[in-house]
Amino acid sequence: MNLLVVQRILGLLLMIFSLTMLPPVLVAVIFSEPSWQPFIYGFVLTLISGLVIWLPVRRANRDLRLRDGFLVVASFWMVLGTFGSAPLLFSEVPTMSFTDAVFEAMSGLTTTGATVLTGLDALPKSILYYRQQLQWLGGMGIIVLAVAVLPMLGVGGMQLYRAETPGPIKDNKLTPRITETAKALWYVYLGFTIICGVCYWLAGMNVFDALCHAFSTVAIGGFSTHDLSIGHFQNPSIDLIAIVFMFVAGINFSLHFFGWRHNSIRHYIEDPEFRAYVVALCTVSIIAAITLLISNEYEDPATNVITGVFQAVSLATTTGFTTANYASWPGALPVLLIMASFVGGCAGSTAGGMKVMRWLLVYKQGAREITRLVHPSAEIPVRIGSKAVSYRVIEAVWGFFAVYVIVFVVVLMALLATGLDPVTAFSAVAATLNNLGPGLGGVTAGFMGVSDAAKWVSIVAMVLGRLEIFTLLVLITPTFWRR
Amino acid sequence: MNILILGAGQVGSSAASQLAREDANEVTVVDLNEDVLRDLQDRLDLRTVVGHAGHPEVLERAGGNDADIIIALTDSDETNMIACQVAYTLFHTPTKIARIRAAEYMRAEKLFTQGSVPVDVRISPEQLVCNYIAQLILYPGAFQVLEFAEGAVRLVGVRADREGSLVGQPLKTIREHIPNTEGRVAAIYRDGKAIHLDGDTVLRDGDEVFFLAARKDVRLFISELRKLEDPVKRVVIAGGGSIGLRLAQVLEQTNQVKIIERDPARARQISEQLTKAIVLVGDGADEELLLEENVDSCDMFCAVTNAEEANILSAMLAKRLGANKVLALINRPSYAELMESGNIDIALSPQQITIGSLLAHVRRGDVVKVHSLRRGKAEAIEAVAHGKKDSSKVVGRRIDEVELPKGTTIACIVRQGDLIMAHHDTVIEADDHVILFMTDRRRIEAVEDLFQVGVSFL
Repeated sequence: MNLLVVQRILGLLLMIFSLTMLPPVLVAVIFSEPSWQPFIYGFVLTLISGLVIWLPVRRANRDLRLRDGFLVVASFWMVLGTFGSAPLLFSEVPTMSFTDAVFEAMSGLTTTGATVLTGLDALPKSILYYRQQLQWLGGMGIIVLAVAVLPMLGVGGMQLYRAETPGPIKDNKLTPRITETAKALWYVYLGFTIICGVCYWLAGMNVFDALCHAFSTVAIGGFSTHDLSIGHFQNPSIDLIAIVFMFVAGINFSLHFFGWRHNSIRHYIEDPEFRAYVVALCTVSIIAAITLLISNEYEDPATNVITGVFQAVSLATTTGFTTANYASWPGALPVLLIMASFVGGCAGSTAGGMKVMRWLLVYKQGAREITRLVHPSAEIPVRIGSKAVSYRVIEAVWGFFAVYVIVFVVVLMALLATGLDPVTAFSAVAATLNNLGPGLGGVTAGFMGVSDAAKWVSIVAMVLGRLEIFTLLVLITPTFWRR
Repeated sequence: MNILILGAGQVGSSAASQLAREDANEVTVVDLNEDVLRDLQDRLDLRTVVGHAGHPEVLERAGGNDADIIIALTDSDETNMIACQVAYTLFHTPTKIARIRAAEYMRAEKLFTQGSVPVDVRISPEQLVCNYIAQLILYPGAFQVLEFAEGAVRLVGVRADREGSLVGQPLKTIREHIPNTEGRVAAIYRDGKAIHLDGDTVLRDGDEVFFLAARKDVRLFISELRKLEDPVKRVVIAGGGSIGLRLAQVLEQTNQVKIIERDPARARQISEQLTKAIVLVGDGADEELLLEENVDSCDMFCAVTNAEEANILSAMLAKRLGANKVLALINRPSYAELMESGNIDIALSPQQITIGSLLAHVRRGDVVKVHSLRRGKAEAIEAVAHGKKDSSKVVGRRIDEVELPKGTTIACIVRQGDLIMAHHDTVIEADDHVILFMTDRRRIEAVEDLFQVGVSFL
């Protein structure tokens, strides 16, 4: 382990991050709000901290090793929550405690989208914009962004990239150079954000709302500039646009990259994970729509269908936008929607959850065991598409499942211990660990009603979920620190 | 440059690591073994693809469409050839390099034309290593002999010793010692580090000296730097693999050759292919056998089996038994460095030799030859200057006007077959072959830029 290099890169990353506090200043100027000061404070604080960390070790120029990569990513995400919260902490409207500010910043960066703020419509535009921007940066990963703009990271870039991007198989580079791969991902991401924003604007949002919601839609975040989320607009075409872009952002971005490069949609159709993702989303959407139609929750059938599908896609992709109070829907629907977030989006997307790919692999494993019962001596590889999957990957997936369940239970117990009721606690774990956002019971609208202790537990769960547990967990094992 | 390397064996991996370290290259490596690729990807910034190197689908996934160069280095000659064929037919890859081991293919020159098997450059490691050793045997006393300008000029590495008349003298006295010759010291390594050269630099005992000289003057030069050794007559080769066999075939006409092979069947096979050399069945590290075959009076003992540890041991044993000079094939640079300072006179890395000749074709600009020196830390390059004064950064300029990167020197120029020693006022003309010596190979890109013709030429 090379702590000096880790320190140097941490400092650099912080300095880069400090720059992201400048656009909100611009927003404040445009809307002539007095709220630009907290951002300048935050910018200066972050920049100077970065500088102080970086300066003493600026000449430490060794290659990053695998372990260093984990350390950089995990510690940066923890530091990020603190510094990201600075503008919120310094601002007068809203007045937030340290816990609340960190919660809000972390919820943004991890693309969870759970909030502790109420009365969003009355907040300064710059603060609202800042929250949305945090989600956007967190979606594709701020470290992936750093890898794209800092060519000097070299081999180390790959280690960082791997520690931050989600999914069971991370060795598939889009281009030979990691910098180019990271750039390609960000171009695709940026492209979708622009298209999404223009669509929102055409459908009737004002420019500010369109930009802000494009940020949180493509990042699969879930923050909104209104208390009623997307429901505020009461506009079916906006709902439909949101459905499309949440769906698109939940697809593996390397598929988008290939589609864009080769100008074809063949890659999508041939991809087994994509197909499973479509099947899963369709199933949940159809169940939601039919349940709402049968119980006649809303006046006309069209509203029933659109609301059902919107909520199903929003929760299953772990976005967390709401157009209706789904917690009061009949039957198993609320719990089904929360459970759907465990599947989440595809590997290599901006979505949370355990990822379709892992579920697909587990399902195939299960199917194999059944075939084995019939043909005890058969050699049956687990295939994704036409390719057999290596045992290493399958083992890793099982390991991930086991750890996910254990972490889930531990976090659940911790939340129950802070005094939440079982339904609230259960949905709060799902909402944070899967980076979903809203839950059921006491956390349907947000986390403003829970205690500080519960908020801190949730913060940890959000980071665990965003970094897919292992990146963070590896740091607390003795093996990691042993020389 | 977009480079596709097929096969992640020893040569493939080290070629990949050398190329990926240069910012201008985008490297993709294809291999069947997932574990090797994962290891490579952990260490280097490159892309890896698992699959059979000859399959069109695999090559397409590896970015065959954008590749500028394909380097086929898999174990199988046939796979390498078919991969080049696929790249040529499906992707129109401009440069196709393949490693081809079997001498049978290499002999059929006609086979490798665009119409049939489109391999632009064929590399045979065995042949390269064999030629290399043959050169060393031709010039006893040298530990490295490299050819430039189609053999007209040689770069020779020699360890200076007290008995050379130049040792203890400043370099500017060379002309007094050997008048009427063209030659120049290109670099001196003292205690493993390159030292700065000027006319007043004094040669010391134990220095590693690299000098350039016309072919006919090489022996004379060596004799000035160290005690002149008798020509090599008796050679013992340990290891009857493809390198050992080739070497024996080259040497048996002029030298007295004995070759030791462990496997009786293989020994029989090679004995049928050799006419004069004596084939011995046995272990190269068997003391009894070596003594019986008078290893103590042999001039050169070459340990050339596939196992580097066995090479080290048998070479050390032969040295202790009294062999005049011992040579061992050692791939690991760390082993080679350990050994060369001690009991083994010459440690050769087949890998480095192969990569050197490979890299010449990957270079931009008209680079004819690249030789790795000191296990890849330094490089000697032969490049052709093209263009006119306004389009080229070298043509029409005096040598002291050329902006050379740090640690690089222009050692000499070959103009229409004549060797011209470089002086600060020598003017480089178009189509000159310029021979450069770099003590820091990381500056290679700057040298490539130097020899690229500017846009105005087109």
